[in-house]
Amino acid sequence: MKLSTYNFLTSMAIKGVKVGYPLKLTINKKDVIESEFNPVFIERLLPKLDWSAVYSAAQVAELADDIPAAQPDNVAEDEQLLQRLHHLLFEIDVLEGQLECPETGRVFPITDGIPNMLLNEDEV
Amino acid sequence: MTKLWKKYILWFAQEHVDFRVAEFESIVKLFGLQFRNLSEHRQKPFWLVEFPNDETAHQYASRSIALRSIIELYSHAHTFPEFHKQLQNHVHLHQGALKEFFKANSFKVTVETYNKHFSQREKVEKIETMDYLPIEGAVNLKNPQVEWWYLEFWGLDPTAVPAEPEDILFGRMLVHGQRHLIKQLSLKQRKFIGNTSMDAQLSLLMANQALVRDGDLVFDPFVGTGSLLVSAAKFGGYVLGADIDFMMVHARCRPSRITQKVRDKDESIRANLQQYGCANRYMDVLVADFSNPLWHRRITFDSIITDPPYGIREATEKVETKVNPKDNTRTADMAHYPSTSHYALHHLYADLLEFGATHLKLGGRLVCWLPFHREDYNETIIPQHTHLRLVANSEQPLAGNTARRLLTYEKHMEYIKEEKLNENSNDTQLTTAVSQNFRERYFNTNGEIESRQERRMRKAALREQGRLEMEMRGKLPSDGRAKKCDLNKARFN
Repeated sequence: MKLSTYNFLTSMAIKGVKVGYPLKLTINKKDVIESEFNPVFIERLLPKLDWSAVYSAAQVAELADDIPAAQPDNVAEDEQLLQRLHHLLFEIDVLEGQLECPETGRVFPITDGIPNMLLNEDEV
Repeated sequence: MTKLWKKYILWFAQEHVDFRVAEFESIVKLFGLQFRNLSEHRQKPFWLVEFPNDETAHQYASRSIALRSIIELYSHAHTFPEFHKQLQNHVHLHQGALKEFFKANSFKVTVETYNKHFSQREKVEKIETMDYLPIEGAVNLKNPQVEWWYLEFWGLDPTAVPAEPEDILFGRMLVHGQRHLIKQLSLKQRKFIGNTSMDAQLSLLMANQALVRDGDLVFDPFVGTGSLLVSAAKFGGYVLGADIDFMMVHARCRPSRITQKVRDKDESIRANLQQYGCANRYMDVLVADFSNPLWHRRITFDSIITDPPYGIREATEKVETKVNPKDNTRTADMAHYPSTSHYALHHLYADLLEFGATHLKLGGRLVCWLPFHREDYNETIIPQHTHLRLVANSEQPLAGNTARRLLTYEKHMEYIKEEKLNENSNDTQLTTAVSQNFRERYFNTNGEIESRQERRMRKAALREQGRLEMEMRGKLPSDGRAKKCDLNKARFN
């Protein structure tokens, strides 16, 4: 799972959960897969991102030094920051780990890089 | 200043005829192309059209899957004398502009006839009737500098070929369409495929319908083996997928190739994208149930391309609350695969349209298939949503009496959830009568409709009867369940 995907996932499907965001991320095993830097795509993605979740993902991935805690105004003009965002959001692949619902503590496992967001029949 | 509009022949492959109109409109919209005087007869394998310049023709050809070639038109007539008169006229009138092509070092003339076969000698004779053309170069069939096309159209009905061709056309080959991609992305060579993988041609057509362009975010909520993501990624989209089937998403389901007993370790949706050189367009796939909300409200997709399960080759499933009569024997550390319930097609489409209205960008497109029985097709069975406009609807016949339609919706107004007061408001309109019974009617041609449970019970009774008969004959029944378990284990080791 890439950390850009992490930014969009919620646990609101669980019965009784209202927001279910952001999920608590734990990384047990990760991989870095280099990919082509596409500034246009990142710029287009920026308004869709929740910066606090970007920052907390950076903390978990031990890249918090690269990413400011609050979203700067002119991210699109800061080429270096875009490069770092690219690395954080698209090149880090969480292979093993888990996502935890902030309200119920329900754990969604990530295996082979694929998060399992399925709920059991008594949870929906 | 007036632009120099030129006439072109769009020469199509006569396959998925119903889709080419929609594809043309989509590509025109994608690039903002100008055109005029498009020929009326859309069933013919060629259309005549005027573009303001060659650039427009090149742009159209750079995406079209239905198109074989674009030919710059020199002459078009319904009779031979008229055809030759026009061609001579055209060559005379445009002497200056055409000089470079006639003077080229090498050339080739391709003779294409539709609905009537000619031998090589007859074709050469046809070429010779145009001996007045001032062609100077030498013939080169492999690598010509200029390629001329001579086309004859002998009607559409193979049982009633007319005595004379209906249309005769001649022109210079300008550019080929993208049909080579069909072979390049062919399922035959693909690493990871399944029972319901969409063939390359249709999935490319779908990506065109969705107006996928470089840097788009594309989502498939019923991703399966990711066959639709492949074509979307090929056109530059960043692709994201989800599916309820854990084994499928992990590429550990039963192989569908007859020669393959166990899936290869390195099979995956990502591997498919790698195979076609678009691995960096891969975002993620995840295991998720479409009937339950998963995505944050903030995420918007540029397009959603999907082929939902019809309940025939792939079951329509969702997870829902049910009362379990048995005691819960699960422990916390035990792996549990939730049992799934039937996901009625009309609910699935209602959810899909609602999802599209919520998560598409304004102007973004939802492209999906709708299966139906042909006898009950009419406009009213097409699902509708107040915030989505149906922009294209093309039919592909399937086995027997069934068919499916490729529906393209465009989001034309912002959708604010708060507007919706009660859960069951009428944003999505669709008739349940048709889609509801698609599966049941497909399997029961004698008209009786039995529910899934009735069918399961009937099959179980049959098996039990068979087992008893075997015992009476003194034969030991083999343990089918153990066999299946062994096979499942083999898939993981």
